[in-house]
Amino acid sequence: MPVAAIVDNYRGERLDALANFHGNQILYLGWDHHLMFCSPVALPVPPDMPFGKVIGELMPGAFSLHPEFGQIDWSGVVWHLNGEPFTPDMDKGLAEQGIDHKSIVRFATPGLDGIGGSGS
Amino acid sequence: MTARKLNLKDKYRLLTRDLEWEYSYRDYEEIFKQESFEGIKITDWSKWEDPFRLTMDAYWKYQAEKEKKLYAIFDAFAQNNGQQNVADARYVNAIKLFLTGVSPLEYQAYNGFAHVGRQFGGVGARVACQMQSLDELRHVQTQIHAMSHYNKHFDGFQDFSHMHDRVWYLSVPKSFFDDARSAGPFEFMVAIGFSFEYVLTNLLFVPFMSGAAYNGDMATVTFGFSAQSDEARHMTLGLEIIKFMLEQHEDNVPIVQRWINKWLWRGYRVLTLVAMMMDYMLPNKVMSWQESFEVYFEEAASALFKDLARYGIKMPDYAATAIAEKEHLSHQAWSIFYNYGHAAAFHTWLPTEEEMDWLSEKYPNTFDKYYRPRYEQWRRMEEAGERYYNPTLPMLCQTCQIPMGFTDMDDPTLVSYRQSEYDGDRYNFCSDGCKDIFDFEPEKYVQSWLPVHQIYQGHCGGAEMEDVLGGYYRINLGTDNLDYKGSPDEARWNDWHGLETAEEKLKKAS
Repeated sequence: MPVAAIVDNYRGERLDALANFHGNQILYLGWDHHLMFCSPVALPVPPDMPFGKVIGELMPGAFSLHPEFGQIDWSGVVWHLNGEPFTPDMDKGLAEQGIDHKSIVRFATPGLDGIGGSGS
Repeated sequence: MTARKLNLKDKYRLLTRDLEWEYSYRDYEEIFKQESFEGIKITDWSKWEDPFRLTMDAYWKYQAEKEKKLYAIFDAFAQNNGQQNVADARYVNAIKLFLTGVSPLEYQAYNGFAHVGRQFGGVGARVACQMQSLDELRHVQTQIHAMSHYNKHFDGFQDFSHMHDRVWYLSVPKSFFDDARSAGPFEFMVAIGFSFEYVLTNLLFVPFMSGAAYNGDMATVTFGFSAQSDEARHMTLGLEIIKFMLEQHEDNVPIVQRWINKWLWRGYRVLTLVAMMMDYMLPNKVMSWQESFEVYFEEAASALFKDLARYGIKMPDYAATAIAEKEHLSHQAWSIFYNYGHAAAFHTWLPTEEEMDWLSEKYPNTFDKYYRPRYEQWRRMEEAGERYYNPTLPMLCQTCQIPMGFTDMDDPTLVSYRQSEYDGDRYNFCSDGCKDIFDFEPEKYVQSWLPVHQIYQGHCGGAEMEDVLGGYYRINLGTDNLDYKGSPDEARWNDWHGLETAEEKLKKAS
């Protein structure tokens, strides 16, 4: 029973279907142990955007206000895609490497654990 | 000869249950067509115990008396310039949050109870719901009247009902009630009548009303007192509907249990707003969120569930998560609003040194370890003239619609992520509670109107933040939003009391 309804076979409108985002998909980005950013962020991005742009453009826009942002060693970053360990390919598009609509990309920066090591 | 005056019991019977009639030319199922689709089995409506024992004429009389007293105090508050006597102008922001976030729920409750008051086959339940419906309408009216005085002297009150329907954080309470009202009549009663009005109401009203009393807001305190006797009746109805369903048929037990699990979790998530109000928005603190949660949820609910155990009902599993979160909730919530203070219709601010010390004392296990360093960093940024605002829109939970600011209780420095795949799409959640609710009825929650996604789909006034915040939400930018420091509210307050801002003092000195 996918819903309790007064009619049979009720089907809800998919309000966030990929087709509703004008050619973009939604990408969520979260920086582990840096909760000065209170939650992960949501961004509309083209599905064929190369991952390199996530680091080069989206990350600075979202996270550069943090004093540790400039110290990130991007080669040592630990990545998760929808909860699974993941190694991004900088040149390939997002969709091509399995980062589909409403996927979560999380990154941890070993050695950088937030303001005074507090996770903030 | 019959007595000229009826005793109360007979009068009640004649003026409520005797208003029912036999349905002679239409089928019962056709008249009460929403009574059975949820799977609840009612075998005998006459077993319903009337919780209110009030007839309409007595109801009007009592309520009219209460209104007279209430409005006399509102008048006195206005004539005495009561707005100048609150503890501090920061306090008024708690009231802005109440008017935009909670008062419209009273109106939704009025609609909801009027609706279910038509759907039940039992006349006792119908009459009780209709009376509660009228109470709720009275509550929204008196709240608007109580707070209208503040609208003359502070920013952010002017468009509360428009904002309730549109502003991102107000989608949290709004979608909570939309969820309840679009459910069947029995689920609505468990959602609002039982979970909210019976179990959680003290966590909402006691903090707000005692907060008002501690902070010199006589208008709101008086409203609270006036609503109190209504609330007592509502609690009785909430408990009666649960016991009635459980006693009618054993097949009802698992359905009711699932609804209790769902709605206590949904309600608790909405009360996140109360947590931050108590710990961060009241200049004179009443008690901490944690203390209040222990008294009004942990103690009260464990007694209640002990009582319900004889029906086979147990405490929801998610209660353990809520209990673990009590040392974190308010800090995470205020962080969210501090991050997005440019997009809120009230002011936010950093806690003062004194306030931080109070938080350290109240939250010895968590505040200094996880949250103080964050505020200290934000203070450094503020002192450098760069007050921190998050430049990117947040990820929201598909069910509760709150930004994903809650953390894993095994590691409170990591966001709690949950995900489901349904019909080819991903859906994301802040907790097991929110994920389970989706997984059970995905066709309902695929329809969530998530404010951030709606902005990205172009449905909220335009692509620029000014279009969304100013145009679509009707926040007066630079006036209603941003930090309390430097706001017109602060300037007016200082003017009334002959105070100087830190900036002005600095200017004079130099």
